[in-house]
Amino acid sequence: MKNQKCKGMRDLLASDMLRFRRIEDTFRRHCLSWGYQEVRTPTLEYLHLFTATGTLTPGRLGKVYSFLDWDGWSGERVVLRPDGTIPVARLYIDNLSGEKVARLFYVTNIFSFEETGKEDRERWQCGAEFFGGIQLAADAEIILMAREIITSLGLERFQLQLSHAGLVKALIKEFKLSPGDEAKLTSRILEGDWQALKLLAESPEVSETSRLLFSLFSLKGKSSSFLHNLRALSSKASQDFKSSLDEFINIATLLDNLNCSYQIDITAMSGFEYYTGICFQFTVNGQKIAGGGRYDKLVPLMNGKDIPACGFALYVDTVARLLPLEQQNEVKVLVKGKNSLLETIGACFILAESLRKAGYQVELDFTDKEESGVRWVVLVSGEGAFPFLLRDHEEKVQRGFASMAEILKALPRK
Amino acid sequence: MRNSGTHRIIRLALPKGRFLTPTATLLAKAGLGFHTYGEKARQYRLWSDSFPNLFAKVLQEKDIPIQVGVGNYDLGICGSDWVEEFTVRYRAGTLVKVCELGYGEGNLYVVAASSEGELLDLDELCASHKDCRIVTEYPNLAETFAMNIRMKKFRIFPIWGAAEVYPPESAELAILWSRNEANLESEGLVCLKRLLPVTMFLIANRESLQSKDLSPILNAIASHLPQIGREKNQNTEKLFSSPPERVSRSYWNSRTVRLALPDGHQQEPTSQFLRSAGLDVQGYSAKALNRRPLSDVEWLGIKVIRPQDMPLQVANGNFDLAITGEDWLLDQSYRFPSMPVRELFPLGFGMVRVVAAVSQDMPASSIEQFKSLIDKGQLVSVRVASEYINIADKYLRDNHISPYKLIPTWGASEAFLPEDADMLIDNTQTGETLKQHQLKIIDILFQSTACLIANENSLQLPEKKEKIEYLCDKLYAAVRQKVH
Repeated sequence: MKNQKCKGMRDLLASDMLRFRRIEDTFRRHCLSWGYQEVRTPTLEYLHLFTATGTLTPGRLGKVYSFLDWDGWSGERVVLRPDGTIPVARLYIDNLSGEKVARLFYVTNIFSFEETGKEDRERWQCGAEFFGGIQLAADAEIILMAREIITSLGLERFQLQLSHAGLVKALIKEFKLSPGDEAKLTSRILEGDWQALKLLAESPEVSETSRLLFSLFSLKGKSSSFLHNLRALSSKASQDFKSSLDEFINIATLLDNLNCSYQIDITAMSGFEYYTGICFQFTVNGQKIAGGGRYDKLVPLMNGKDIPACGFALYVDTVARLLPLEQQNEVKVLVKGKNSLLETIGACFILAESLRKAGYQVELDFTDKEESGVRWVVLVSGEGAFPFLLRDHEEKVQRGFASMAEILKALPRK
Repeated sequence: MRNSGTHRIIRLALPKGRFLTPTATLLAKAGLGFHTYGEKARQYRLWSDSFPNLFAKVLQEKDIPIQVGVGNYDLGICGSDWVEEFTVRYRAGTLVKVCELGYGEGNLYVVAASSEGELLDLDELCASHKDCRIVTEYPNLAETFAMNIRMKKFRIFPIWGAAEVYPPESAELAILWSRNEANLESEGLVCLKRLLPVTMFLIANRESLQSKDLSPILNAIASHLPQIGREKNQNTEKLFSSPPERVSRSYWNSRTVRLALPDGHQQEPTSQFLRSAGLDVQGYSAKALNRRPLSDVEWLGIKVIRPQDMPLQVANGNFDLAITGEDWLLDQSYRFPSMPVRELFPLGFGMVRVVAAVSQDMPASSIEQFKSLIDKGQLVSVRVASEYINIADKYLRDNHISPYKLIPTWGASEAFLPEDADMLIDNTQTGETLKQHQLKIIDILFQSTACLIANENSLQLPEKKEKIEYLCDKLYAAVRQKVH
């Protein structure tokens, strides 16, 4: 049969959903315990929400699913949500801007066109956004919460990498490019292409900036000491650069004090122009499983009030691929009717209900389906002295019972 | 028809419209043997007299990159503007530009009206949060342009033509093709950016170029390019019969009621009708078309645009009234049901039937029989060509035809059957053209005539209400007079 699924779209089967729910449940549990509240934004948003802020690069905007709605005669295009944070910022402005502090989290799908159709065009993420927090503390809160969730999921050998958007922007400024070239370079970097900046850093012209850049690219710091060293070398750099570096030093020192290990990697950010301060990502074997950062200008750019904000997202699809399938500890029972007589079906339903109430997972069956995969099977004949036959497929034994109460006693305790 | 289904046939798509004549000259010099390909010819399906395997079809230029891209044609000739419009959206690389043909120079420009002191600056426009309306026949290029310059808020209005008449009142920017900036100036426009240079190109389907021997045709065309190249710029065809008069925004704003009149086939009967209604419109004749004709009614502002574009333009309040076809009103109403536009009354001319037609060879004479061909598996995945994509879409859904693919066309849709489409949904007056192209009608969807449409909000406005009523009375009297 011909595949009828849309290109780039994915069915989540039962085993995928078990992983998905585990990630989502873990994420929700931790977010709630940190005082975050769950929200959900609509799938459709106006396109201008994403163009007006100038926050998505032309490359990303070129991949949005946009179209005219049924009442789109005025030419107003809508999009399938291409990003998680911007809609939540809109939700905050529309509904919660009276609140000084808002801690919000969400589980959502985002849509972005991918040329080959072999990669997912719909992806899922679990995100948390913190509006109005005190900068340093809020940055640490977001990073530590993300780390706690990843640890709780049982992902081993994950790494945390830190970068700073303000630092990168200040570095680009140091090259004193024309506004057009600067915009192009910024777009390339935001789309994850660091080559252009690397080439500038490697240019033969030895300057303060290129030396700093070289250090940033070639060395991966492991503590705030690295940033202190860099600070000592950057006496001639711009004020923006220095203040960004100081900010970076503060957050790194705080994480050192809290025993949170990390690596300083200037390239550990991609895609989002709205970051203004610290940026971070978590990786497992080089695969990005979460990312986030500070975006103080986003809400004012969207005509909201001037409020600092930061957040992160967990990339569910990547995490799911790395997650082992957990053994389920539910006790499953298959209740099988020996025939499909009214009495037998009725007796099966009554038995199943008692078992469910007692905490078992019960599946009913009136076919000649094989009993594989289930340890406990109750065969209901509804006749004779023992209308119930309990089979234990693991021990390969079976026994007749006269009543439901006896069956409940014979099954392992929940 | 000769066995066009075999893979040895080379299929070439040739343009109608702006560059038909120089293309015909090139083909004649290259000895491709298409003697009937010319300005007056009504033949869309041509077999070469010189190359027995060469088959050509005449299509709207805009349709050619799509048709070559999807592999219905091996080669095509069209302007690079249409190639870019296709490839900027569909980047999969099924289309290859083979060579420049050395004629048809021009540019795609981003323009604004020059009649204003408040001339727009692109950087300013990007930085501002003001809504920027862009009208264009190139919506994909327009969207990419707006996103690349990081325009904050924009709306793109894809139109069928006459983009030059929209700025400044009905749009801030237009993206359009023009030969040069002097031509733009003569139309009261100023170039803000040259988006891309346009020349005619020979294009090929990538797969065909990789696996099929097209060399005889490529040789024939390539060996005649230098001569053609020397002839460039000699083409002096005039785009407009008379330089349009400049009308400033303040002039337009001072007109209380704004009326859109159609160009194309509907122009002549509309012009006659207006005369019979006693409305004098200067500059609205086939001989001398002014896109902003003047009326003797001093509060009436008039622009001439494509009838296809009118329902949306009226919905957006750029016009209070328009004379268009019921077919186009219906097509747009299916797409945008809540559009604040309504038909005031039919005008009794320009009567057409909108029909479903198939090839005369198809064993079906009704839509039911057509459906049974699908049920029996004799037709898989129905391809339907139409200018009326929303009418066609609804018709196919209502008739439970599944699965189907809709091929939007920009005219000359009958050329698509039978090779590139199985069904056509199009208008016809007498059915003669369909017959000429060996097609038959299997269903009549509805009848359509020219009609007067109005913006519903305008009808409520006290300053417009009486004047609209006055105009409607005049036009309605002419309709009644005609009936009697």
